[in-house]
Amino acid sequence: MKIFSNKNFVAWYFVFPVAFIHLFVIGIPSLASLALCLTDWRGLGEINYIGFENFIELFDDRYLKKAIINNVIWTIAFLTVPVGIALTCAYLLTGIKRGQMFFRLAFFFPYMLASVINCQIWKYLFHPIHGLGGFFERIGWDFLAVSPFTMKSTSLFAVAFVDGWHFWGFLVVIYLTGMYQVDNHLYEAADIEGATKFQKFRYITLPMIRPVFVFSIMIIIIWSVPVFDYVYILTGGGPAYSSEVIANYMYSQAFERFDVGYSSAIGTLMFFYVMIIVALFGLFRKAGWDI
Amino acid sequence: MIVAKYRSREVISNYIILIIFALIAILPLAVLIFNSIKPQMEFGVNPLGPPSEIRFENFSEAWVKGEYAKVFFNSLKLVAGSVLLCLAVSLAAGFSLAKLNPKGSAIIAVYLLVGISIPAQLYIVPLFLLWKEIHLLNTHIGLIIIYTALNAPFATFLIRSYMIRLPDELFEAARLDGANTFQLFFRVALPLSWPVILTAGLIIALAVWNEFLFALTFISEEGFKPMATILFAFQWRFENNYALQSASAIMMVAPVAILFMLFQRRFISGLTSGGLKG
Repeated sequence: MKIFSNKNFVAWYFVFPVAFIHLFVIGIPSLASLALCLTDWRGLGEINYIGFENFIELFDDRYLKKAIINNVIWTIAFLTVPVGIALTCAYLLTGIKRGQMFFRLAFFFPYMLASVINCQIWKYLFHPIHGLGGFFERIGWDFLAVSPFTMKSTSLFAVAFVDGWHFWGFLVVIYLTGMYQVDNHLYEAADIEGATKFQKFRYITLPMIRPVFVFSIMIIIIWSVPVFDYVYILTGGGPAYSSEVIANYMYSQAFERFDVGYSSAIGTLMFFYVMIIVALFGLFRKAGWDI
Repeated sequence: MIVAKYRSREVISNYIILIIFALIAILPLAVLIFNSIKPQMEFGVNPLGPPSEIRFENFSEAWVKGEYAKVFFNSLKLVAGSVLLCLAVSLAAGFSLAKLNPKGSAIIAVYLLVGISIPAQLYIVPLFLLWKEIHLLNTHIGLIIIYTALNAPFATFLIRSYMIRLPDELFEAARLDGANTFQLFFRVALPLSWPVILTAGLIIALAVWNEFLFALTFISEEGFKPMATILFAFQWRFENNYALQSASAIMMVAPVAILFMLFQRRFISGLTSGGLKG
């Protein structure tokens, strides 16, 4: 549009408020953190430059290592279970006529709920006496009558389950928008050839929804990094760090130990990881992956 | 005929699987609703089923004990403030990026795109110290500014992608009639953009209503806390009083559920347009 070219400075007035607020709240504190990660600052007193010492300490920190492994497990869990269930449900939804809207709303509604609400619901349901535990005890399945949040072997998966329960409906809707764009003639042609339901899914649906599918993979990988609410509320990272994740560990370093330098180093690590993922997907797109 | 039979059996199996997953999504919410109207006495014998006697007093009791009148007001203040401020700045920026395209505005767009994916853990500590320095900790305006910054990139892109489709001829005609850029924004762009204003407003409101991390960090004084962090504290204060806990949770869910029923399509399209954390 050429009509406004002489009014350039006026156009800048309009973007200035957003740029200012975002820089003030996120941009400048982010830059500060990228600088503070090279110091031993504790929020008060002198700021001493200590080079990469925080990062050396970071790679020796076995709690952080545990947290990183848990984040990786979390990412893999989210890339498989909710994605698999959501693909199945979205595909089945395209095959029915009545009740589509009902199922869509039922699946999506938990995504609208606050983390505190979801956590409260599942804390109760997983309660060893009041929730499902009591139910299992009554039917004699005592081994299920324990809270999975309080056992080292299950705590991480239990927390991930609650977050996944809240999240998968979002994936269903994303996949549905992709599936509705698939040309029906393709399925009809496959029917004539005698393709099974699974073959149609594998050779028609999946390739056709690739853009939304890749998008969903990207956001799952990115959103799995700053996972905080569910861990903090349900287990606090315990028992014995079994459900610790990077964001929760960083939070305790920052607001319980007030180690600004060290927590900035963890934040910096998370930031670069996310930026690399974003850049990789950007490169794939440029390389003509059509995503 | 055989084909038709096979088809109908297939459809039935589709429904069975879908119903199982719908129950997994809905039953936990049903238990929450049952528990909110169940007498506390009944939890020992009937933890999951519908209540034998409906007790609405749970709500009034929770309302009084949790001082929810004040808590609701806190949350509403945060929602209203953030929606107004965030919409104001995002509408202006979205308009400029869609229709004015000042030289170099691509930098702003790229900056906001990067801004969406910066994890909060990178900047939350310096932000906390900055807020302490300028006395914005434990104030609602401080949190409103943060929520505006958090949601503005998403809102800006949503508004931009809507305004870009408004016909240029309208703006050219108004320009020929002597309108300046501000008049183009207020008289032409805004009146045509109410659908996206509503969608963006609903999404921002939902995000603020549900937000936990920043509310937890920046508001430590009880009297200023919003629903999310009060409910978290409530779970500890009345640890075994599930009737009160559930009633409070329903009070937080109810406004969301009502708005969702009224504006399903807007919520779904807004939330799935990408870029918002859940």
